[in-house]
Amino acid sequence: MADDRLVIAGREFKSRLWVGTGKYKDFAETKKAIEMSGADVVTVAVRRVNITDRSKENLLDYIDPKKYTILPNTAGCYTVEDAVRYSRLARAAGVSDVVKLEVLGDERTLFPDTAGLIEAAKILVKEGFIVLPYTNDDPIVAQKLVDVGCPAVMPLAAPIGSGLGIRNPYNLKIIMEMIKVPIIVDAGVGTASDAAFAMELGADAVLMNTAIAGAKDPIAMAEAMKYAVYAGRLAYKAGRIPRKLYATASSPIEGML
Amino acid sequence: MQDAIQIHVNGQAQTCRCDATVADLLRDLEIRTERVAVELNLEILDRAMFDQRLLKDGDRVEIMSFIGGGSF
Repeated sequence: MADDRLVIAGREFKSRLWVGTGKYKDFAETKKAIEMSGADVVTVAVRRVNITDRSKENLLDYIDPKKYTILPNTAGCYTVEDAVRYSRLARAAGVSDVVKLEVLGDERTLFPDTAGLIEAAKILVKEGFIVLPYTNDDPIVAQKLVDVGCPAVMPLAAPIGSGLGIRNPYNLKIIMEMIKVPIIVDAGVGTASDAAFAMELGADAVLMNTAIAGAKDPIAMAEAMKYAVYAGRLAYKAGRIPRKLYATASSPIEGML
Repeated sequence: MQDAIQIHVNGQAQTCRCDATVADLLRDLEIRTERVAVELNLEILDRAMFDQRLLKDGDRVEIMSFIGGGSF
């Protein structure tokens, strides 16, 4: 598995587990959980600098951009204009031209506004961004995102932060079969078996935040996710046995009394 | 004595010198320029322009950076 690298837009990634940086107790815990997860891609949000309390530490003092690929996201954006604006700000802030694009459609479900997503992706690709779109588990939308120039697609497993796991494995499987770019299952994972399941289906990577940060012991869960993603990938590559309704003995009849 | 100007920084009213540049403002606010993006009246500024762009009365400045977050 040493040479089993994930390549997106010519960039090579060691880890197939990508993690978010929200909801942790403090930056020290964030750093430790990320280290334990083995992730080399770390997603961050773009927000106003606190100008009244400058004593506040910066996340990037804890997560070295030389060691990790910092993936800015447009979390919280509900319009094409906002998503484009936040992406441009993220690039101007100088970590990279890669963006995890979110255009949300509804506050309660945080489901993506897929029409807006495609439109925003189109604009940003033209501006030279490497756009990794957070999308619904819709194969047609996934294809349209590829058509406008996204080098990977990130369909959800379940609503953000819900922990419901892989709600529609069949759609995800269709996306993985139909779409010829890397598929990163993003959002909705609850525990290690969900992450392993996503990888067994054929996902190229899994991105999660709450499943780790919201666990009773985030550091231990980060480690569990590392192994789950690794095991799921190995199982996918190994090729599972077909499901059968009836038993097949695994010991020979020959030699029995 | 120079006149002071009134600007908005990250939505808050702020007073500064009339000949202040964006770089001066960041220095006054003790904000390190690396890894921040500055938007002046909706125009995103090139980092190289920080010490050339003069602020004027009524300007709206947004100073953005990265924080912890996964998805919203």
